[in-house]
Amino acid sequence: MYDIIEARFLAQDIKLFKIYSPPIARKRKAGQFLILRVSETGERIPLTIADSDQEQGTVTIIVQGIGKTTKELNTLEAGDQIVDVVGPLGKPSEIEKFGTTVSIGGGVGTAIAFPTAVALKKAGNHVITINGARSKDMVILEDEMKAVSDEAYITTDDGSYGIHGFVTTKLQELIDDGRQLDFVLAIGPIPMMRAVAEVTRPHGIHTVVSLNPIMVDGTGMCGGCRVQVDNKVQFACVDGPEFDAHKVDFTNLINRNRVYSEHEQRSLEAYQHRCNLKKQADELVAKSV
Amino acid sequence: MAEFLLPKERMKVARQIMPEQDPTIRARNFEEVNLGLTKEQAILDAQRCLQCKKPTCMDGCPVEVDIIGFLELVVKEDFLGAAKKIKEDNVLPAVCGRVCPQETQCEALCVVGKRFEPVSIGRLERFVADYEIFEGVTPDKSSAPKKGKKVAIVGSGPAGLSCAGDLINMGYDVTVFEALHELGGVLVYGIPEFRLPKDIVRKEVDNMRKMGVEFKTNVVIGATYTIDELMQEEGYSAVFVAVGAGLPWFMNIPGESLAGVYSANEFLTRVNLMKAYKFPEYDSPILDCAGKRVAVFGGGNVAMDAVRTAQRLGAEKAAIYYRRSEAEMPARAEEIHHAKDEGVIFEILTTPIEFLGDENERLHSMKCIRMELGEPDASGRRRPVPLENSEYIEPVDIAIVSIGNGSNPLISQTSPDIETNKWGNIIADEDKMRTSKEGVFAGGDIVTGGATVILAMGAGRKAARGIHEYLETGNW
Ligand SMILES: Cc1cc2nc3c(=O)[nH]c(=O)nc-3n(C[C@H](O)[C@H](O)[C@H](O)COP(=O)(O)OP(=O)(O)OC[C@H]3O[C@@H](n4cnc5c(N)ncnc54)[C@H](O)[C@@H]3O)c2cc1C
Ligand SMILES: Cc1cc2nc3c(=O)[nH]c(=O)nc-3n(C[C@H](O)[C@H](O)[C@H](O)COP(=O)(O)OP(=O)(O)OC[C@H]3O[C@@H](n4cnc5c(N)ncnc54)[C@H](O)[C@@H]3O)c2cc1C
Ligand code: SF4
Ligand code: SF4
Ligand code: FES
Repeated sequence: MYDIIEARFLAQDIKLFKIYSPPIARKRKAGQFLILRVSETGERIPLTIADSDQEQGTVTIIVQGIGKTTKELNTLEAGDQIVDVVGPLGKPSEIEKFGTTVSIGGGVGTAIAFPTAVALKKAGNHVITINGARSKDMVILEDEMKAVSDEAYITTDDGSYGIHGFVTTKLQELIDDGRQLDFVLAIGPIPMMRAVAEVTRPHGIHTVVSLNPIMVDGTGMCGGCRVQVDNKVQFACVDGPEFDAHKVDFTNLINRNRVYSEHEQRSLEAYQHRCNLKKQADELVAKSV
Repeated sequence: MAEFLLPKERMKVARQIMPEQDPTIRARNFEEVNLGLTKEQAILDAQRCLQCKKPTCMDGCPVEVDIIGFLELVVKEDFLGAAKKIKEDNVLPAVCGRVCPQETQCEALCVVGKRFEPVSIGRLERFVADYEIFEGVTPDKSSAPKKGKKVAIVGSGPAGLSCAGDLINMGYDVTVFEALHELGGVLVYGIPEFRLPKDIVRKEVDNMRKMGVEFKTNVVIGATYTIDELMQEEGYSAVFVAVGAGLPWFMNIPGESLAGVYSANEFLTRVNLMKAYKFPEYDSPILDCAGKRVAVFGGGNVAMDAVRTAQRLGAEKAAIYYRRSEAEMPARAEEIHHAKDEGVIFEILTTPIEFLGDENERLHSMKCIRMELGEPDASGRRRPVPLENSEYIEPVDIAIVSIGNGSNPLISQTSPDIETNKWGNIIADEDKMRTSKEGVFAGGDIVTGGATVILAMGAGRKAARGIHEYLETGNW
């Protein structure tokens, strides 16, 4: 059992957790993830380690509730427990002094881009961050990103905050302004990562993306997380999750990630149904007391 | 009390047939296929043993179970004594009695088998082990005087468990680190419930816990801790690496990345470890096999397990595709036989060369080619040669690749001073299982490549002796 030390919402459906696990806190490096199982009947899901506190022995994850498991996780509070947490998994980000770097986070991807931005800053880079969200209330980690950035930009799809447009709008602008960009890291929804790859490709800017295929064990045992990179099979959990954006077959990733969409729908509906029943029962009990 | 049979009587008593679930029923459930011998059958079968002066059967057992001794106790109806006797050499008899390839090991060398059917050594081993479990007998905490030295075991498969069992009885403090959330290695994530109930594995593991072995799940060595950290910071004097051979091979043919193509490891892990057959009660999904065409590629135990699992999940056609003929299949005869009884279709001398999918990259068919057998290859088996113009396209909904496993590189990447061979297997010496790194031992599938439960257990025992010698003498 793993204790939740802290839990709070950062935006609608996006929640930050600090989980007690000193060995993971001690070992983890930027770019790595953990796998957890919420309950005994739960599935194993991967989540990036956004931060860690060695003294406190905690690791931070930031979770977007999109399906059964993440929504269930997001109902947990400080003092609750998670049955299984394992990590740190995957290869750490390759951090070097590149020069000028751009860390791009889309939605909850910002949480994943954040630790690498910190590491890039530490390595002496000029760090630009572009933090994209649907709208103002979905912007997360604004202050944290600002603190590690030499230049921090926010884009919103609806223009309710920051620059009106997508992360690529700002990225294109930087390139058009003739800025020398040495390294781009993009993390977010697959279409966003693909769009970033297409923006940097003609300019030959070294671009890395963090891929999010469906995983089971996270140790290289099942092959379920395989992705096509440079027309070769790679296991994202041990060979990645970060890969050269210009070599990734994004279409294949999108299609493979869709394979259980009917199951996911059913699972979520069953879960919400149970939640509603429980709520009704609780209300009845409350009334009868 | 029963006695051994006289030679004349023996001829009249046939090898006892183990009751099994009816094929048409079991082909749709996950309950155990084999039901185990009855007490009467067990005694009768044990009575067939000649109590040979030179019990050749024991040469066939990789851990040299005292077969003659335990059979004698079965005949005397001292089943608990028999179980204890086996456990002197084999900490997992309920497992081995079920999954050992007995027909090529102990039973192959049984003298009775020269003229009649051999004594049912494996089934009897299972019988007494189950009897012990059913009676609720659990071992005491190890009473061996404490040595005050800690040994780390990496991986909780049969190799790790058998090493842990021996070391705890020698008085070492033993911790088993397991990457997954369940203990047992392939016994829990690979071999299906209908062949090896997970309750049995859990009970055997619980027994080891009672003996004093400490288990830590959710620890990946090479990630959470490196081997150096275990030895230098966590205070372990020796490490036994028993991480198995879990890196699935693919066929490297076009279309293998289509949705609907699984490795056998993933398919079986989803079903066994994650209980996907109970979706949505359990959260992990698996593609619906009901009414679908499922093709499994390979001819080993793993392929049989995958195809029989697909059959149980309701497949309309669950078929094995194997590029050689049935005679060359490495799977146990019993498994092939069971699969056929359950309705599995065997497409031998056939191999896929391409997977084809729709616009959403969902698998819908495959291109296959027929083979014929040519000259024997390096393995001594006749080499399959493609037949010209034999290509054909066949519809398929789910494909499961089961052509073997390579070795997981996590340990060797983080401990480069542990030498590996060109296939990535850790190199360890034959008798003590020492690696090139002082204090580090290795055994089981990570050394041999995919083999058997009992061979992995044998390696675990050897390593325990090697570790003991090293920690006593300090000699490497
Ligand atoms: C390396 C890695 C790091 C990640 N980091 C984060 C993070 O920091 N924060 C965050 O909110 N999300 C992160 N994700 C995504 C997260 O794992 C999925 O959102 C989660 O598994 C969805 O589960 P669900 O049951 O809530 O949703 P479901 O309804 O089951 O699935 C929704 C979608 O999530 C994906 N998914 C489903 N099951 C899995 C699985 N077992 N493994 C991976 N993806 C799956 C599929 O694309 C699916 O279409 C990461 C994924 C990977 C691979
Ligand atoms: C589907 C299937 C069916 C089989 N059927 C039979 C059969 O009928 N009869 C038979 O005799 N044999 C059978 N085998 C083969 C047999 O199961 C193996 O030979 C045996 O399990 C090997 O034991 P092991 O201890 O070496 O490794 P494993 O059983 O593979 O156990 C290794 C353990 O180490 C863990 N691990 C891996 N890396 C790490 C790490 N870095 N840190 C911590 N833990 C780690 C793994 O999660 C795993 O639990 C079958 C195998 C499969 C896959
Ligand atoms: S462990 Fe396996 S080989 Fe040895 S006696 Fe038992 S069944 Fe036979
Ligand atoms: S070889 Fe057969 S008959 Fe002889 S002791 Fe062994 S089991 Fe009994
Ligand atoms: S998640 Fe199983 S191999 Fe990567």
